[in-house]
Amino acid sequence: MTATIYPAARIITMNPARPHATHVAVREGRILGAGTLEELAGWGDYRLDGRFADKVLMPGLVEGHSHVMEGSLWAYVYCGFFDRMDPEGRVWAGLKSIDAVVERLAEAAGALEDPAAPLAGWSLDAIYYGGRRVNRHDLDRVSEERAVGVLNASGHILNVNTRALELAGLLRTGVNHPGIPLGADGLPTGEMKGPDAMAPLGVHTGFDRDLLACDEPGLRRFARLCVRTGVTTAADLANLLPEDAVEMMLRVTGEPDYPARIVSLRRFYGLTPEELIDRALELRGRSRDRLRLGIIKVVADGSIQGFSARLRWPGYYNGAPEGLWYVPPEHLLEIYERALAAGLRVHTHTNGDEATDLALDCMESALRKHPAPDHRFTLQHCQLADAAQFRRIRALGLCVNLFPNHHFYWGDQHYAVTVGPERAERMNACATALREGVPLAIHSDAPVTPLGPLFTAWCAVNRRTASGRTLGEHERIGTADALRTITLGAAYTLGLDGEVGSIETGKRADFAVLEDDPETVGGERLKDVRVWGTVQGGRIFRAADLGT
Amino acid sequence: MTAAGPLPVTVVGGYLGAGKTTLVNSLLRQANGRRLAIMVNEFGALPIDASLVEAADERIVSLVGGCVCCSYGEDLVSSLAMLEALAPRPDHVLLEASGVAFPGAIAGTVGLLQGFALDGAVVLADAETVRGRAHDRYLGSTVRRQLDQADLILLNKCDLAGDADEVEAWLGEAAPDARLLRTTRAEAPIDIVLGAWTGRAAPPAAGGPFDHTQGYAAAALDPPEGAEPEALARILADAAHGLLRAKGFMRRPGGGMAAIQTVGSRWTVTDAPADAPAGLICIGLEARTDFAALRRAVLDC
Repeated sequence: MTATIYPAARIITMNPARPHATHVAVREGRILGAGTLEELAGWGDYRLDGRFADKVLMPGLVEGHSHVMEGSLWAYVYCGFFDRMDPEGRVWAGLKSIDAVVERLAEAAGALEDPAAPLAGWSLDAIYYGGRRVNRHDLDRVSEERAVGVLNASGHILNVNTRALELAGLLRTGVNHPGIPLGADGLPTGEMKGPDAMAPLGVHTGFDRDLLACDEPGLRRFARLCVRTGVTTAADLANLLPEDAVEMMLRVTGEPDYPARIVSLRRFYGLTPEELIDRALELRGRSRDRLRLGIIKVVADGSIQGFSARLRWPGYYNGAPEGLWYVPPEHLLEIYERALAAGLRVHTHTNGDEATDLALDCMESALRKHPAPDHRFTLQHCQLADAAQFRRIRALGLCVNLFPNHHFYWGDQHYAVTVGPERAERMNACATALREGVPLAIHSDAPVTPLGPLFTAWCAVNRRTASGRTLGEHERIGTADALRTITLGAAYTLGLDGEVGSIETGKRADFAVLEDDPETVGGERLKDVRVWGTVQGGRIFRAADLGT
Repeated sequence: MTAAGPLPVTVVGGYLGAGKTTLVNSLLRQANGRRLAIMVNEFGALPIDASLVEAADERIVSLVGGCVCCSYGEDLVSSLAMLEALAPRPDHVLLEASGVAFPGAIAGTVGLLQGFALDGAVVLADAETVRGRAHDRYLGSTVRRQLDQADLILLNKCDLAGDADEVEAWLGEAAPDARLLRTTRAEAPIDIVLGAWTGRAAPPAAGGPFDHTQGYAAAALDPPEGAEPEALARILADAAHGLLRAKGFMRRPGGGMAAIQTVGSRWTVTDAPADAPAGLICIGLEARTDFAALRRAVLDC
């Protein structure tokens, strides 16, 4: 069988034995080797393909914590403050005023044929509009006839118009709910805060289905975003994986031109711990190359910006009450014990440091009962872990996947409101994790922040907030560490580092094809590195050629 | 027939092992003609005794006596709507919260929904473990908030706890607004746990169905002419009288009938059909309820 050898301007391999190469040889979707043409010619017949001669190749980027839902949300109107690229490659300009939000929504409303159809938008970030809250009167300017609902970027607030309140029976006085602020007229302002207040409005504003359930168009759109951001493997971190979704995902990812490998985790919900283990074992057995199943996800607490993360003393900087548990400790311990016994992996969402403590206590106890070398359990987000916790994480053999994108999007709020200056500066302590020898990944949590590992790497290297503050100089990491983290680092947490994450003999032919060299542009410009497309399992996907 | 009013919803909370499932099964056995709809969250396997199950399809399990059970999963609102649309419509919804959920938050959502009326939040506490849990490093604040959000606390497993009196005294401080009922195997009268007496079952006769050996007492009261229903409801809910439940109808001074309902300190007054019979039923603990004082307070109202 003939190999294909690609010369490139530069190949960054992540193989410390030969960190750079000029050529890579591919056969049967896998890497024969990286080196000089002369070295690779030794493998026998080859065809030279010069299309990447002026490109930089990196191992295909690995997003260790995202949600396929990012693809689904693009069915709604993007209302974010920051520029964001959609799956078709169009960059939607960030909306810098409430008027601009209204204008974009009104335009979308005008394009709807059914005058009664609801209009849904997403990613509104009201904190950037100078303290002015978005209210129902703002959204009434979009439409008074149809219900309008816009989901906040944090996912914790839904802004609605008067019509939506009317449909939900909430356009009345006497509404007494902590998540529903009232105006001077005694009527709700249209801001629904928290899942309890949002729930009655979802059905009227077009958010009536479980957004984390994967839909087919969303799964296809998500893959196009992967190509545009250099991602060849992406974790879909909290799927309920009902049978019809599993069959659809197997079918779609199995199509010859599906361009990404999806690692879909089964979230603990609706099953007993015992049933969860059985289901995960069954799912694991149905994995295919481009759909990996069988890892378990458990959500321990909420989010920091939603004040639902479990923080240790002294709690939130603004005095908000301690957050919420989403799993009883007994269940977390039982899942750990059963998973260790069954050889399954568990990823645990712990945002607050108290949630991290709980996960560590459970892990210590479960490991004593079921010692398990190379269990590769991973703490997801783990945003507030301090140095002592990282040492414990290391001792227990856990990995972490930190969330440096938070510094850019909410770092200023963390500094001023949620956790205060000192803890804001040590949030997502990438440098400490590396220094303590903890296996590290970093992530976007798309759609919470945009998919794009090179941007995430930029966040870890610079720790810059939206206002330009450097949040914790001492926790910045170097470019080389950041690039390793978005390839081999993330692959390790998913148990795929033997298959992907570096350009080495025998691994999958997964490459990010770049126009610029991330090693030489400088840490400041990592986020500006242009992506030409990807090679996934030897198949070539050029972003500019993606169909819709 | 008058049009069906809002569907009453009782939230059942409490930490793992406190007896939520046992309570649900006990209430089903006492349903006696009421069509109860049970909503569960915690597990895929519905925690209903097999002897009560008649048939099951994808979303809903049919139980004996016209009762049903379903799992609300991720979407409480649409699951409630599904129950509301059933024919025949259930008489009462029993919403079992997960072990770490806050019943007050769920009650808040129910209170926002059209077509539903919050009946109250009942929280179970395991007499053996509740104090320990309330001081647990991880769970303490969660358990204390759950208790604090209760209208009615069922202090369960009292047969196993040697120090139930101490636990009860402690709960009086931890959850000052809640009324407390001691139970064994979560056995509590359905008329106390669920306030919906206007359904298919007749209201309990004063002194009637209650087993005095368990210490419950019920009394019928005649609402005084000319009293404001809201003022009367406040008296019935006043902790000084120690009532667990009160329910009934009275004529408004300005005309029209009002329905009064209390569970612990929570009270509601709503419009009632013109043909509703005036009268109030009050239930409390024999040892805690001074019906004579209550009658005097009501007469002075």
